[in-house]
Amino acid sequence: MSEPEHRIKRGVSCYSFQEEVFLRTLSLEDCVRVCSELGAYGVEIIPEQSLPHFTDLSDEFVATWFGWMEKYGTTPTATNSYLDTWLHRGRWMSLEDQIASIRTDIDVAVRLGFPIVKATVNTSPAVMEGAAPYAEEKGVQLLIEVHAPFHYEHPWILQHLEVMHRTQSPALGLMPDMMTFVERFPRVVSERALRDGANPQIVDYIVKTYDDHGDTHALMDITNYMGGGPREFELARVAAHYIWTDPRKMLDHMPLIRHIQAKFYEMVVDETGADVEYSIPYDRIIPILVEGGFDGYLSSEYEGNRHIQDAYPVDSVDQVRRQHAMFRRLLGDPVESTLVPA
Amino acid sequence: MFDQYIVCEENFRTRDDGRPGGVVEVRMPYYRGLRLSMVEAVDLTLDGTPIPAERTTFTVHGNTYTFDRMPGVVDDRWEFGERAELAFETDEPLPAGEHEVTVAVRLRLSYMPVPGGGRGTKTLTLAAV
Repeated sequence: MSEPEHRIKRGVSCYSFQEEVFLRTLSLEDCVRVCSELGAYGVEIIPEQSLPHFTDLSDEFVATWFGWMEKYGTTPTATNSYLDTWLHRGRWMSLEDQIASIRTDIDVAVRLGFPIVKATVNTSPAVMEGAAPYAEEKGVQLLIEVHAPFHYEHPWILQHLEVMHRTQSPALGLMPDMMTFVERFPRVVSERALRDGANPQIVDYIVKTYDDHGDTHALMDITNYMGGGPREFELARVAAHYIWTDPRKMLDHMPLIRHIQAKFYEMVVDETGADVEYSIPYDRIIPILVEGGFDGYLSSEYEGNRHIQDAYPVDSVDQVRRQHAMFRRLLGDPVESTLVPA
Repeated sequence: MFDQYIVCEENFRTRDDGRPGGVVEVRMPYYRGLRLSMVEAVDLTLDGTPIPAERTTFTVHGNTYTFDRMPGVVDDRWEFGERAELAFETDEPLPAGEHEVTVAVRLRLSYMPVPGGGRGTKTLTLAAV
């Protein structure tokens, strides 16, 4: 069987290495080097995580950054903006100030050569519309993330789509987070709850309800009826936050989808010996992206560290390496690294 | 998400100014840095006794703030993974040896309807002077 042709590119969000960067065992340069070594040449960052003194960028740092891109053969793909609407205690940020905040994020992205800025899902349709002209002027894409518990038919996302279709702004679009396709409850999350002392019967009930794609809306109440407390409520809350949507829903919006946050929790080995994600069926998602003609980056977002750090050593680099082994298999790209850095 | 890393094991010490009390280094349990106005509280409990916020100060990269000032600080940040110094005053000098230190961090994260943050407890050893 010949592999379908595609133009999907591989990358990594440095969010994936948050454990090691937090503990100062990996530097930002190390993160860039790892991306290159994995043949995942697209680098995504959260500026407020990766860059000290945000939003001040020295000329020296900017030169260093572009030096790394050249040295490691990597390309800046996307930054993640955060709209701190509650920056001031008790005072909701005005629409003008929210738009100004996004403009600042666009400026940072432009300075470091990033063509895409992710707007965190709390960014309102009015702010997206207000910031679009500046994004157009700067040649940057401003993409709203489609992040659980939202999905492609949720009113919040429909309002965003309305703005995109009405304004026809070339700068606006979508950035799907693959956590909207959590088919099976992440094992690392329920096992952590058990280690923290959650009632195993209630944990089983929550996981089974999720895995059966049952009604998770009442889980908090049911957990209460079953005698649960704060640990069980937290698990129930998380189960109501993750969602499973048919990945084919993305096909209705492909022209607007320009970057993918490839969230994952745990790489495991299946019965054939292949690397797969425990919860998210990438073997069914990636063919849909190919079918839809997606030509942006699949950008890794490892998020398992926080669920295992109490009991196991965290090795985010190995988890990302295994996710990319899976991507190479599913994309028909057999080569670990296609470009040898100088 | 980084609760177990909030209280740093290293550098638990007496105050630099000679007054009774101590200094504990703390990290923010969150995956990005924040402007200080969004740090709602860094509450310290020492050997089971809460220390009032007005008896503590907060220092990031050499800049020291009292907690009544923090809500107004939008031009300085607690960086991702940065060790801040939480200095506190007590009535009596702290005896050398082990102390149980609990720190609860409360953050105002705009995309969440409930407070962010977390809580960590460690037994730290104060060296004899």
